[in-house]
Amino acid sequence: MSSEKNKPTVQTTGHAWDGDLQEYNNPLPMWWLWTFYASAIFALVYWVLYPAWPIGDSYTKGMMNEITYTTSDGKTTTTHWNTRALFLKEMQEARESQKQYLEDINASTFEQIASDEGKSAFAYSSAKVLFADNCAACHQAGGNGVVGYYPNLLDDAWLWGGSYSKIQESITNGRNGSMPGFKTSLTTKQVSDVSDYVLSLSGNSVDASAAKRGKAVFTGQGGCVACHGADAKGQTFMGSANLTDKIWTIADVDGADTAEAKKAAVMNLINNGKTRQMPAWKERLSATEIKILTFYVKQLSASK
Amino acid sequence: MKHETIETNAGWLIGLTLLVISIGGLVEIVPLYFIDSTIEEVKVENKETIHPYSPLQLRGRDIYQREGCYLCHSQMIRPFRDEALRYGHYSLAAESKFDHPFQWGSKRTGPDLARVGKKYSNEWHVQHLIAPRSVVKESIMPNYGFLMTPLSYKDIADRMRALKMVGVPYSESTEEYDANVKRFGEDIAKNLDILHAEENLLTQAASDNYDGNADDVTEMDALVAYLQLLGTMVDFSKFDEGHFAKFR
Repeated sequence: MSSEKNKPTVQTTGHAWDGDLQEYNNPLPMWWLWTFYASAIFALVYWVLYPAWPIGDSYTKGMMNEITYTTSDGKTTTTHWNTRALFLKEMQEARESQKQYLEDINASTFEQIASDEGKSAFAYSSAKVLFADNCAACHQAGGNGVVGYYPNLLDDAWLWGGSYSKIQESITNGRNGSMPGFKTSLTTKQVSDVSDYVLSLSGNSVDASAAKRGKAVFTGQGGCVACHGADAKGQTFMGSANLTDKIWTIADVDGADTAEAKKAAVMNLINNGKTRQMPAWKERLSATEIKILTFYVKQLSASK
Repeated sequence: MKHETIETNAGWLIGLTLLVISIGGLVEIVPLYFIDSTIEEVKVENKETIHPYSPLQLRGRDIYQREGCYLCHSQMIRPFRDEALRYGHYSLAAESKFDHPFQWGSKRTGPDLARVGKKYSNEWHVQHLIAPRSVVKESIMPNYGFLMTPLSYKDIADRMRALKMVGVPYSESTEEYDANVKRFGEDIAKNLDILHAEENLLTQAASDNYDGNADDVTEMDALVAYLQLLGTMVDFSKFDEGHFAKFR
């Protein structure tokens, strides 16, 4: 470093430390100074326009335009500018722009929505967003569910009924499905036999004599018929599964490679049972939103 | 006083620096204690519906903090249409008035959790915390399977006492309990009683059985109990849609 550069060419603060250490006192750059003045002016304007200064238990409301909004229950309010009123205004405008479509949906039956191109297009596109925000966490983005946890909505197997009204009921009030575990009430041999029988119902090749013994436990001591029915086709009023349709939502039979693994999956379920809950959505979603989702879920299923 | 006096005296320099930088904070924060509409009044049938956490939920909140959930999840739904459509009603100041510290967060790597309560089943939460990608394929959330370990709750009464010192109305005497009954109703007041904290914690864990295993109380039980409460304390159907805008 050359000694030329060390020579002070501008004013210093006047102090000297350790004999020769000095501090420059450069003027502020003009761009910085003007930005500072501008932000001070901005603040003054802001204080006048927007809610700003506290005064006792209240505050200045600002001279910004008042906001007039109407809520969905028809009440109109005019208030000083604030973000919550602005939000309600925004909601009102969106509601009004969708009003005609929503009224159409409310006034139509599901069949009418399905047969009308405009209505079904609206329902379909709104439902996709609703489904992604609310349903996809369990049923997955495409509605295919997760084996062992959440039902697949794409097939035609409906634990709680697949009519529009049943689907609507499921979404509105939620569902609680529960199968008890049988490891204490049945012997391992009996559980094994019942598993063979259950697997035979959907065409898996099993030991015929074991399946026969299993059928006796199924209809007798095990009491499986109480929920799954004598024909093992399940009952939609209580959400018991149809065991004859080759659709496995909890025991991952399709994912098992060997006959032993298939049986182990079924035995595990019979031994330990399964409790599943679908939350109720009536407090989170409006009746119209639930209707739109019902339509969408029905459309997802194979036979519509 | 000369500039040089301040700069050459550490005591003056520290004291005056603190004074100058605290003005900004004081000007913005202090008035909020006096403005009536800062914290909304949320009463249904003359009872406050926003209440402090039960012992189990409180431990869940401690775990939420310990694991740093707030680093990726906010708990603050802003009054914008897109947020309302995705998450629900905007957050009220009153909803975090018993939080010390509040968990608003400032970054959403994951979704906002202010109203996640009752949105998903307990089983979903447990599964999702253990293995997030088994239910949400695109998730980048870490696995929290280690939460399936026994919860330490022996110090729960002390934890509640600490919060009581900063103004959370947990009760230690009959008078305080009676005041809570009047304020929140009997069911809630029972859970705010420090003297029965451990017993209440065990009862809630056993009856609600969040993690699917009724035999033990795990950290998972506590965290899911907390998550399932988030955003559920205000029943917005009991208020006019525009009601909470009056507080601004």
